[in-house]
Amino acid sequence: MPEFNKEGLRNTLFVAFALCLVCSVIVSTAAVMLKPMQKANQALDQKQNILRAAGMLPPGATVDAAGRTVEELFGEFEARVVDLVSGQYSASVDPQGLDPIKLAKDPARSIALDDAADIATIGRRENVSVVYVRETDSGAIDKMVIPVRGYGLWGTLYGYLALEGDLETVAGLGFYAQKETPGLGGEVDNPAWKALWPGVRLYDAEGAPAVRLVKSRSPEGSPAATHEVDALSGATLTTKGVENLVRFWTGELGFGPFLNHLKSTS
Amino acid sequence: MATPKEVLVEPILNNNPITLQVLGICSALAVTVNMATTLVMCAAVIFVTTFSNVGVSLVRNRTPTSIRIIVQMTIIASLVIVVDQVLQAVAYDISKSLSVFVGLIMTNCIVMGRAEAFAMQNGPWLSALDGLGNTLGYSVILIAVALVREPLGSGTLLGFEIMPRVSDGGWYYTNGMMLLAPSAFFIIGLFIWAIRAFKPEQVEHSEYQIAPNLQYREAM
Repeated sequence: MPEFNKEGLRNTLFVAFALCLVCSVIVSTAAVMLKPMQKANQALDQKQNILRAAGMLPPGATVDAAGRTVEELFGEFEARVVDLVSGQYSASVDPQGLDPIKLAKDPARSIALDDAADIATIGRRENVSVVYVRETDSGAIDKMVIPVRGYGLWGTLYGYLALEGDLETVAGLGFYAQKETPGLGGEVDNPAWKALWPGVRLYDAEGAPAVRLVKSRSPEGSPAATHEVDALSGATLTTKGVENLVRFWTGELGFGPFLNHLKSTS
Repeated sequence: MATPKEVLVEPILNNNPITLQVLGICSALAVTVNMATTLVMCAAVIFVTTFSNVGVSLVRNRTPTSIRIIVQMTIIASLVIVVDQVLQAVAYDISKSLSVFVGLIMTNCIVMGRAEAFAMQNGPWLSALDGLGNTLGYSVILIAVALVREPLGSGTLLGFEIMPRVSDGGWYYTNGMMLLAPSAFFIIGLFIWAIRAFKPEQVEHSEYQIAPNLQYREAM
């Protein structure tokens, strides 16, 4: 048995190997054991975001005013897959586990947008997406929540836009991920600003997206005022980004054809 | 040889890693915008540093000098991943805003610094105390910075409103600079000034003297 040599090749390889083994066991144990809790958290988080956008869950709370939990409230919604190309429901695809943002990165399941059409600066748009529908007892649409995203100043804002049953009036808008400047563009998360959205009309008389974020609103009661929301002060580019992303996703390349189809059939 | 008590208590004020050694500034800037993330970050750094010090100390007599930094990094990185996974499982909301910075604990100068400077030469118990003491010193400064930034920047503390903001119908105009990272630089600078005014022995001696500028004489 040769004398133990700490600096020798044999010990170096042994230490490196043993350490990697021990560390990888610790890391994988933690990852595997915590996976179910993490998945549950992510699913719950998405449901909360959808409910908050629809105005059914107060910000920061996990139960609504009547004390119903996220799961109970979300149970009233149904996830449905929409084919953005044909503008119709795509009943053959399972909405479970379908991630529109991932799909948009897959060249086979998305289209590239040219600069003129890509007002929200998202690069590619998925061919199918998921919407969340809440129906009344008679089967009429009560709320429709669509996923939206678009580029602000520093990065892409991801959120949900909730529509009323007429599919023309905003029920709420909320972002769950954004990188805008805190205190300026970051105010897209300010409840006071988000409270300006419900009631805004999405389309003009010709059916084109007409939402505008403006410095000073038109006089109350004028037709223009129904499309207008106060801009965020000190955040021109974020404001422009929000306006563009709402217009894009309610427009021809977004959910516009789908919403028109639903309106014409109901 | 330092006593265990000195090892634990000295770094909190006298030999503070942030204000005296000026280490770990990066995360002090990034996470102190509100108190909740600050507390979670402090807890994470305390956990990682204490246990990485123990780990490094346990294998110090087997570790070849040629791969010692890699050994330290592996231990630290494993602990950081564990912390990140635990946060994602139990505090999902905070982990969303912290995840980038939790990953960056790996490169926090304090963690590496203590492993290399202390744990490589001392036993596991002393190393644990050293890690704990240094990160408590780090936490004291971070919490103090957050105590300034969150109320002035958002009018809240731990999410509770203490000064009603103008945007919510109150009277307090929020200070936007406090929400941005550079404000922590100023606050930490003021802390260092205050501590060194109070404890003049911490003031560093200049390593060189600036010579008077005499070039104007040539022009005359």
